[in-house]
Amino acid sequence: MSAAARADEWRGVAAGEVDDFSPSVAGLLRRRSRVLLARLARPYLGSMALAAVLILVRSAGYLALPYLIGLGIDQGIRPGRSGNPQTLVLIVGVLAIALLVNALANYAFMRVSGRIGANILFNLRRTLFAHVQELSLSFFERYTSGRIISRLTSDIDALNELLATGLTSVITSLISVVAITAILIHLDVRLGMVALVAMPLVVGLTYWFRVNSARSYRAVRRAIVLVIVHYVESLGGIRAVHAFRREPRNQEIFEDVNARYRDANIWSNRLASTFGPAINLLGRLTTAAVLLYGGYLVVQGQLTLGVLTAFVLYLRQFFDPMQELSQFYNVFQAAGAALEKLAGVIEEAPTVPEPSSPISMHEAKGAVAFDHVTFAYREKPVLHDIDFSVPAGAVVALVGETGAGKTTMARLIARFYDPTAGRVTLDGVDLRSITVQDLRRAVVVVTQESFLFSGTVGENILFGRPSATRGEMEQAARAIGAHDFIMAMPNGYDTDVRRRGVRLSSGQRQLVAFARAFLADPRVLILDEATSSLDLPSERLVQRALRTLLRGRTAFIIAHRLSTVEVADRVLVLDAGRIVEDGAPAELRRDDGRYSSLHRAWVESLA
Amino acid sequence: MGLFALRRYVPYLRPYVGLVVVFGLSQLGSLVTAASIPKVIQFIIDGPITEHNLGRLVPMAGLLVVIGALEFVLIVMRRHYSGVASLRMETDLRNDFYAHLQNLQVSFHDNWQSGQLLSRAISDIGTVRRFVSFGLIWFLQTIVTFVVVFALMLQLDWQLALVVVLCMVPIAFFSNVFHNKYRVIARSLQDLTGDMTTTIEEMATGVRIIKAFGRMPLMQKRFEDEASQIRVTSLTGIKARAELWTELNFLPNLSLVAVLLLGGVNVVAGRMTIGGLVAFMNYVFMLIWPMDAIGWVLSMSEECQTASQRLNEVLDSRPEISDRHGARALERCRGRLEFRGVGFRYPKSDEWVLRDLNLVVEPGETVGLVGRTGSGKTSLAYLGPRLYDVSEGSVLLDGVDVRDITLRSLRSHIGFAFEDPILFSASVHENLVMGRPIVSDQELKRAIDVAHAGFVWDLPWGLETRVGEQGYTLSGGQRQRLALARAVLGAPPLLILDDPLSSVDVHTEATIEEALARVLEGVTGLLVVHRPSTLALADRVALIEGGTVAAVGTHGELMRSNDLYRALLSQEYDPRAEEALA
Repeated sequence: MSAAARADEWRGVAAGEVDDFSPSVAGLLRRRSRVLLARLARPYLGSMALAAVLILVRSAGYLALPYLIGLGIDQGIRPGRSGNPQTLVLIVGVLAIALLVNALANYAFMRVSGRIGANILFNLRRTLFAHVQELSLSFFERYTSGRIISRLTSDIDALNELLATGLTSVITSLISVVAITAILIHLDVRLGMVALVAMPLVVGLTYWFRVNSARSYRAVRRAIVLVIVHYVESLGGIRAVHAFRREPRNQEIFEDVNARYRDANIWSNRLASTFGPAINLLGRLTTAAVLLYGGYLVVQGQLTLGVLTAFVLYLRQFFDPMQELSQFYNVFQAAGAALEKLAGVIEEAPTVPEPSSPISMHEAKGAVAFDHVTFAYREKPVLHDIDFSVPAGAVVALVGETGAGKTTMARLIARFYDPTAGRVTLDGVDLRSITVQDLRRAVVVVTQESFLFSGTVGENILFGRPSATRGEMEQAARAIGAHDFIMAMPNGYDTDVRRRGVRLSSGQRQLVAFARAFLADPRVLILDEATSSLDLPSERLVQRALRTLLRGRTAFIIAHRLSTVEVADRVLVLDAGRIVEDGAPAELRRDDGRYSSLHRAWVESLA
Repeated sequence: MGLFALRRYVPYLRPYVGLVVVFGLSQLGSLVTAASIPKVIQFIIDGPITEHNLGRLVPMAGLLVVIGALEFVLIVMRRHYSGVASLRMETDLRNDFYAHLQNLQVSFHDNWQSGQLLSRAISDIGTVRRFVSFGLIWFLQTIVTFVVVFALMLQLDWQLALVVVLCMVPIAFFSNVFHNKYRVIARSLQDLTGDMTTTIEEMATGVRIIKAFGRMPLMQKRFEDEASQIRVTSLTGIKARAELWTELNFLPNLSLVAVLLLGGVNVVAGRMTIGGLVAFMNYVFMLIWPMDAIGWVLSMSEECQTASQRLNEVLDSRPEISDRHGARALERCRGRLEFRGVGFRYPKSDEWVLRDLNLVVEPGETVGLVGRTGSGKTSLAYLGPRLYDVSEGSVLLDGVDVRDITLRSLRSHIGFAFEDPILFSASVHENLVMGRPIVSDQELKRAIDVAHAGFVWDLPWGLETRVGEQGYTLSGGQRQRLALARAVLGAPPLLILDDPLSSVDVHTEATIEEALARVLEGVTGLLVVHRPSTLALADRVALIEGGTVAAVGTHGELMRSNDLYRALLSQEYDPRAEEALA
């Protein structure tokens, strides 16, 4: 069995393997990439024009060099005749000025283009981050956080690489190629033609390289993804790796994918290390041909030695940067692919857009209604014609088995999704007419995830309302019952929670999440499995806190543990996207319906 | 010099000495051919052209072609072999880096963000490789080119050669200035990028919270502050680079001006041939690219040094949990687990999580661990398979200190299920077997049955179905049962299960409990309990409070006798219970 097949076996089979890599340089030319490029460049057109002028000046200074040397030989040194030192000094003076201009223009160009690059990157980062944050949750679920992270990190790095080095070199080379061709023909048409004979070969060679390196580049990318996924997952789950002694197996898999990455890189390196020297060889051959024919012309007296010297020097300037191009080719490919992917994200329209003419809602009351709401997620129907209304201040529990649509309902109330048909209203206003800011002030969701951000415990609570004072923050923690364990930590509220809050137990994280929601003080509170990872004392504490927390608020509670549900005024039992029971908990317990059977199962589980 | 830090990578080149020698020779050869070309041009100009001898022109031009072809072969060899050697080195280094990380204890990983470890394994190791393959090569090439070209120049005209050298000397000075400036910039740029990456990761993973509170502007501001710091810092870097590159370009050109002037005067005075002058100028041109490269190589070496520093931060952390001298395998295990005077605190922390803790789990017995949130139950569970090590006291398996048993043997006797199931993006089979060598199909089937994980047969590709983040999505209950099946696979005599029930609904909970009851039959079990329903599985319960075992007994006994225990496990709010808790 081949190494590749063996390596794939452990991965198992999955449907719809996504190839994340758009083909090569073509990406740069795709329409949406062009649109993005134009949008990024627009604010800097002035600076770009300046950069273009500078690069031309710089190139002119540089390209004048062989010409002036030729002139110096022919007019100043005058081989075969008596020299003319005054003319020589004059020409050398001009040469010195040209070089000084070249140096200054070069410096100015690097500063200007560097600034443009840094600004473009900054703007792109800012735009992208803001845009991604505006996209709906369904986008995040479909796209996965890993890919979003790589859009914002490695893809932008790829563009950075292009802006920092590649682009300038390529533009300079292009200018050199065009200008040198013109100069050569101007200096001597016959000899210029000899020099140009190599051009079709250069073009052919470049084409060969382009096609193959696009393939090798994709192979490299595919391999690196395998390396990264295995690396991140196995180190992220290091506890399980150690507990089950998976280290040797992991090492085997890692070395295999790593070797594939290496082989792809060796292939890509072989291409580049053939292309560059081949271009160089063409340069040598052209030089030989020029010397042969040019020497003949000089001997015949049809060409001066100075012009021949200039020719030889120009050929150097012509072929040297061409070799460099191969080094930047990968940079271009990477940037092209990155740009294409970035453009794809930018193109993604927020499925939960801001209202065009918002209805202002500074102080919501908290009445929530579903008006014949139907919702389908990725074409699959989840909720069917849900219709109910809840007055401000009511506490509603949503009950049902996994997949019944409880979480979807919660997300519709928070407007993480918009309904496919019907509408969800707050105080009678369609959520789609309320600005995000107003809505978020009025409606807050606490989920089971209890995600903590890096920083201190206090900062994580303040996330609920950044403008709150320290006193208010501690007050919120006290109300929830989180104050004591926080104070027991080394630096109290200023304790760093470390990576995703590993310092805290899941119950403690959840209490922090509660305090965060309490501090936010919303009119409508949604608790989506918010207590499920708490231990009983914490849950009891939270239950008690819930009474304070829920007072005067509309609340929706989703919980598997019915103890949490018991505080509700009203229970909606969901089954397969429909409301099948609706009533007060005591009332439903008496009926012989789903709720009563769920309740019985729960009571038994406590025994 | 900071490059000295690179010496630890020298052993990685050792297996490829052959390649390196071939590369070095072809490097030298290609340089000789490149340097001989201006010489040939000189002969052409001073010989056939000046002497009007067309007959000798053709063979001379032919010589140029031959040298060009030879140069081509040598350069291809040079680049190919340097690439192969350095890529192989990079791969070996990354393999070792990964192996090292795998051996570092769990508490090390608790303190590192995965993004930081990833950037070290991918980009930092890549930076070291690029420097070794391109940077060092350019560095060598520059030196050799200098020596060879300077020797040829000396031979043509020693005064002119001296002028050229004088023009080039300041380069060393400017380079050094840049060197010092750029080191600081590169390091701070890397750190800033790390911070920004953290913000990005948190945005992408915490998006639900951010959206729930409408804190997009807050995150945006944090991100923009970091991004704009990066912008400002990279502008400083660009300025430093622009200065250096300009100097590096200008100085060789200046020497060209001097050569043309002085050389021209020499030619006019008959002290030098015109061909010699042209060759001389060609040599100056030969120096321009290497000069350019100095700046590039220097910034690369800066990056490489920073990268290797960052790698060393990881490579220098020694595994704290490893086989100690004299550790041996435990052939047979009855499953008696004893915690004797155990104290535990996290590394670099003064605060005791567990202290003076004594507990014995007899073979075949299941002991439940009950305690309030943050009481150290999970840490206690981690001490068994040495995911953490005790800070004082000892943990004994069948009377042997676990630190005297090889890790491999110890962990083979313990099945562990974590609170979070931890599935990898791999096939179900791989997730169950986890690379353990011993597993037969019957064992696999039995484990799946015992854990009630029969759903795996119905997955689209059965056991070959990929699960985890990049594969088929399983429900919370399915994930838990898979984790249980993994734990019981190979029938370990000791099972440690960390409350696997927290995130499942009532029906699933019942199924899993049934599964748990079956897996715990006839083996020793340590069960971290958060839910009273699970306690039915425990023969005895240990109440953990204040970092130690506050009480041990059956569930019934403790319910009767212990206020705190009752407080922890009663459903209803009861003021007396709350008092016990306080």
